[in-house]
Amino acid sequence: MSDASINASMIREDDASFGDYFALLKPRVMSLVVFTAFVGLMAAPVGVHPVIGFCAILFIAIGGGASGALNMWWDSDIDQVMKRTKSRPIPAGKVDKGEALSLGLALSGLSVIMLALATNVFAGAFLAFTIFFYVVIYTMWLKRATPQNIVIGGAAGAFPPVIGWIAATGSMTIEPWLMFALTFLWTPPHFWALALFMRNDYDMADVPMLTVTHGRRSTRKHILAYTVILATFAVATAFTGVGGPIYLAVALVLNALFLKGAVQIWRRDEAASEVDNFKVERSFFKLSLLYLFLHFGAILAEALLKPYGLGGW
Amino acid sequence: MSLNKQHELHARRKGRNVGVGLLLAGFVVLVMALTVVKLTSQDFTWPDSKSEEQN
Repeated sequence: MSDASINASMIREDDASFGDYFALLKPRVMSLVVFTAFVGLMAAPVGVHPVIGFCAILFIAIGGGASGALNMWWDSDIDQVMKRTKSRPIPAGKVDKGEALSLGLALSGLSVIMLALATNVFAGAFLAFTIFFYVVIYTMWLKRATPQNIVIGGAAGAFPPVIGWIAATGSMTIEPWLMFALTFLWTPPHFWALALFMRNDYDMADVPMLTVTHGRRSTRKHILAYTVILATFAVATAFTGVGGPIYLAVALVLNALFLKGAVQIWRRDEAASEVDNFKVERSFFKLSLLYLFLHFGAILAEALLKPYGLGGW
Repeated sequence: MSLNKQHELHARRKGRNVGVGLLLAGFVVLVMALTVVKLTSQDFTWPDSKSEEQN
């Protein structure tokens, strides 16, 4: 059959482009993975050849992207209900579920094997565990089972700096776990703030988000509680091996602002939020993005300055 | 209706194919670079074939 004989009924007008497949990998999440893994790699006390370092970050990012594709494959039913996610490639009808599954599995295998070959088996195994944790433990099991889904899911997003560190050193110490804890404790207030102003999304998708199961008042209390724990931890990290004066200055400023935002959210009621269309919650969410970026940026700055006798204490 | 040469579908598929082609080419270059780095690193030692033969 020649190409010219294909009739119109066989043409998928919404046939996927290259960009649609790339969108399956959740590029924005991947950028966080790339950055935090890079900081983990650079903060490690062992020098890495630039090509090996580049490969390590690339394959960690591909592993993160593969998790995203598998997450979209499993969650396509709820993605088409939520406003925030209904334009993703599967609910938009551009990519089939099976294609997302195949892409996710293929990239998972590729990233794990290549990371193990480029760096060490321990790093590859840890990447495999991270993909398993995000896809099976979080996406398939806990996301729809418990309102603490975000807390547990945060762990998956927090592993990249640990993998970066292991890729460089081949071993594990306390320092990468401090970076892990930073992202882990940051995730709940970040997502719960989002849940407050994207309010109908999770209700409609029947995901047991804290706002749905325990109410919005309780969510505001949870945001404050987690922010207090996060701020304490984030400032204390300044006095560890990955911290230093630059980190301390950044942490003091950002955590003061973050705590102020959390207190404002806690003190507000729904009526006040409705009036200004969740202005405080939205700005808290935006600040949370800057918060994580600058904390890791400060850890990176300390690591880069160490060879010159400036970073750290 | 038949597809003519200028159909938008062709452009989209071409873009996809070019994208995959570039990725594969990039992967080949990456593996090549990685191999060179590994083989020229000081940690690398060739397997001792003589002692294996003696065994």
